[in-house]
Amino acid sequence: MSSPVKAERGKMTKKGLAADHPTWCPGCGDFAVLAAFYKVLEKQQLDQEKIVTLAGIGCSSRFPYFVNTHGGHFIHGRALPFASGVSLASDDLHVFAFGGDGDGFSIGGNHLDHIGRKNINLTYVIMDNFVYGLTKKQTSPTSPQGFRSKTDPAGAIDRPVNPMRKLLASGATYVARTHATQIKHMMEVYERAIRHNGFSVVEVLSECPMFFRGAFDAANPRKGGAFEIIDETQHDVSNMPDAMALAEEAWPGKFGVYYQSEMPTKNELEKEMIDSAREKTGGKSDAELLSAAFKRMR
Amino acid sequence: MSSDATTPVSLKEEQIHDAVIRLAGNSQDGIQSIGGFLARLAGRSAQDVMTYMTIPATISGGPSIFQVRMGSGEVLSSGDEADFLVAFYQHSYEEHINFLKEGGVLIYDSDEVTPDLEDRRFVYVGIPINSLTIEALGGSSREKGKNLFTLGLLARVFSLEADKLRGIIKERFGGKSEDVLRNAYVAFDAGYSYPLDNVLDRYYRFGTQDISEAEPQVTMDGNMALTMGLIAGGVRHGAGYPITPWSSIMETLRAELPQYGGLFVQAEDELAAVSMAIGFSYSGRLAVTGSSGPGISLKMEAIGWATMAEIPLIVVNVQRGGPSTGLPTNVEQSDLMQAIYGSHGDGPRVVLAAQNVEDCFYTAYEACQIARKYSVPVFILSDMSMASRIEAFYEPDLEKLMIEPVVDTEDRPSDFKPYGLDQMTRHAPPGTWIEGGVFPQVTGLEHDEAGHPSANPEMHVKMMAKRRNKVKALAESYAPSAVFGDEEGDTLIIGWGSSWGPIREAVIRERDQGRRIGHLQIRYVNPLPNDLNTIFDRYKDVLVIEMNDEGLYGYGQLAMLLRAQTCNSKIRSVTKTDGLTLRLRDVSSAIRAFEE
Repeated sequence: MSSPVKAERGKMTKKGLAADHPTWCPGCGDFAVLAAFYKVLEKQQLDQEKIVTLAGIGCSSRFPYFVNTHGGHFIHGRALPFASGVSLASDDLHVFAFGGDGDGFSIGGNHLDHIGRKNINLTYVIMDNFVYGLTKKQTSPTSPQGFRSKTDPAGAIDRPVNPMRKLLASGATYVARTHATQIKHMMEVYERAIRHNGFSVVEVLSECPMFFRGAFDAANPRKGGAFEIIDETQHDVSNMPDAMALAEEAWPGKFGVYYQSEMPTKNELEKEMIDSAREKTGGKSDAELLSAAFKRMR
Repeated sequence: MSSDATTPVSLKEEQIHDAVIRLAGNSQDGIQSIGGFLARLAGRSAQDVMTYMTIPATISGGPSIFQVRMGSGEVLSSGDEADFLVAFYQHSYEEHINFLKEGGVLIYDSDEVTPDLEDRRFVYVGIPINSLTIEALGGSSREKGKNLFTLGLLARVFSLEADKLRGIIKERFGGKSEDVLRNAYVAFDAGYSYPLDNVLDRYYRFGTQDISEAEPQVTMDGNMALTMGLIAGGVRHGAGYPITPWSSIMETLRAELPQYGGLFVQAEDELAAVSMAIGFSYSGRLAVTGSSGPGISLKMEAIGWATMAEIPLIVVNVQRGGPSTGLPTNVEQSDLMQAIYGSHGDGPRVVLAAQNVEDCFYTAYEACQIARKYSVPVFILSDMSMASRIEAFYEPDLEKLMIEPVVDTEDRPSDFKPYGLDQMTRHAPPGTWIEGGVFPQVTGLEHDEAGHPSANPEMHVKMMAKRRNKVKALAESYAPSAVFGDEEGDTLIIGWGSSWGPIREAVIRERDQGRRIGHLQIRYVNPLPNDLNTIFDRYKDVLVIEMNDEGLYGYGQLAMLLRAQTCNSKIRSVTKTDGLTLRLRDVSSAIRAFEE
């Protein structure tokens, strides 16, 4: 199953990054997301063994199998807390979580708000296709009203989640939006996400050709749509009300970095706490520390 | 005995082996701290001690008791009946007087309580605790001082070492303002110097053993001992969500782990908590998550993943009364099947049941070793009664036991396969270079030896066997099961978890009366030891006593498993679901019921 070309230490190549051949359907937007990810990693030349790709459940959550790095395929909706544990355990890893709209905005929706406010250092890519694909066409949290699915044969009646509004409200310190047909743009927002210190989230509109063909044509110039990129000379990315205003724009809205700010990460704050606690122990061994704790209970 | 104890000559001394003292008041009276002081004193005096407390499920206020049993020998249970009852209010008296044994002593606050003096079963000692405390302290600080006044009184009644108690009071209050400590001493001394000969004709003294050379013991509750066991076992990371009675474990870990270079995260929910813990473990840092029944239910999907992906993980369940929200502050052992079988599919994992406070330490420690060695989730079952009761025990040999964890990110060879069929699963944490440059996956899908998804029927059969056989191998490694009491005889009593003490004490009593009884407490509840049936063969009856429901088929949870394991028709089941700690008479009446 694995690619015949293996990784070489200290030299990252697209071929060395490829693993199992993707099981996605022909025409799936996720192929392009994967291709852009390979290219960005190749460009950044990170240490390959320090990259971790993690995911929950869904079509897009198969992602880790297709990348030759340490990887984990976890349970539905919990990619973020799993990835948080990995990120907080070690300070020299590049931690990526991948998933779809069901994983991120529905079954795992609560985690966004907390990983966001904790600002845990990792990058989360949500491949949003507005439909449940793996289970073959049910309404997703981002399906537009009127969308006919197997669970809404007369058309969806619930209002969809506004992904940008939710991500901004989560407290994530880097929030961007892109489109799977726009490779160059995808690469730019990924690169900035990787460089960002803190919780960075990218929503990428990634079409499901089987169950929601043409969902994102309105933002695809090749299909007669308009791909409108945020002009950062006009938009201050550190301004939350401005970012929220962008999130409220009519479909298909704008693409690029909506919000970015520098705030202390939980990784750093916990490390400070550990360092100061270690300093106070005066170099005692673990056994001495625990023995002292016992003696306090005599 | 301390030098300043000037016991009036008119009082007789009575030697006692042990005493059960029940303090009944309201939760804001500080009676827990009287109990805590007495327990600590006992630990420092080489006396054995066990406590029992109830906390109301309300946030503040409400009736509350603290029971302490101290003795010069081994104290195995907190006692069925009290020798002494201290009642602060009329309701405390009314609710608990029937718990006092005949001939027992009622010490009551005569400002608050009007006992029925016609009831000749008891000795009545009325002392105006409230007004004397006010008199001693001045002003209206009585709510704070009443407990220390009472402590002083008890110190005199039981000829306790007043100097040592003052020392313990100083440790407790010394960090606060000088006034606080001074008031504490004043209240204590007022109680201690109360003229007892007005109300009692004797005082009491524990045992006669020479305790001057004995090493001091530590006193703590089960949750603390369990936490210390995890740290000794090398756990430096974890995540949890608050729930009674698990919370104090996560509070302690949050405070303590940073000095060991670790961290504990309070997560947004139980699902995130277990997932983060698995993230830590996957990263090579054996991690703990825990909860009580309802929270454990929420974690189950992820625990199933860890079983499938063969990630070591410690899961603590401090059981409480179920089902659902159930009896949150009561005792029950009804999560055994959940621990063994909760989560979907066939996922064999390990479940250990701690037996007493000291054993909470060793069980947690052993759980860490098993999790690492077999790369498997390990449950530790504790319960409400052990979580909050205080016992004294000797400090473990930490120099010998302490495990300082190492994360192994040494390069792995090119033939590295985490799930090799002919080996124990060993993961390479992220950050590890793999020679040849093919990196492993961890997954909840059925997988091949490298961790890639595989729905191959043959591979699934082999991988199921791999996960099953390693857990069976653990059972092969157990030391022979140790029976207490008669090695063969009429009845073998089987228990698990916190019922150890009451069963042991009841068995001692029944054997003293000539019955031929053995006791076997099962600590390894999954996988069960392989030698049980040969032990069962040596007795006429096997009684399994547990604090859960008899279920649809008339068997408690362990009894049902033992029947399934051994097909032994001698196994009988005794269950109870009153939410209270197992009593000696529960055990004795079960033994007698089956004799007939």
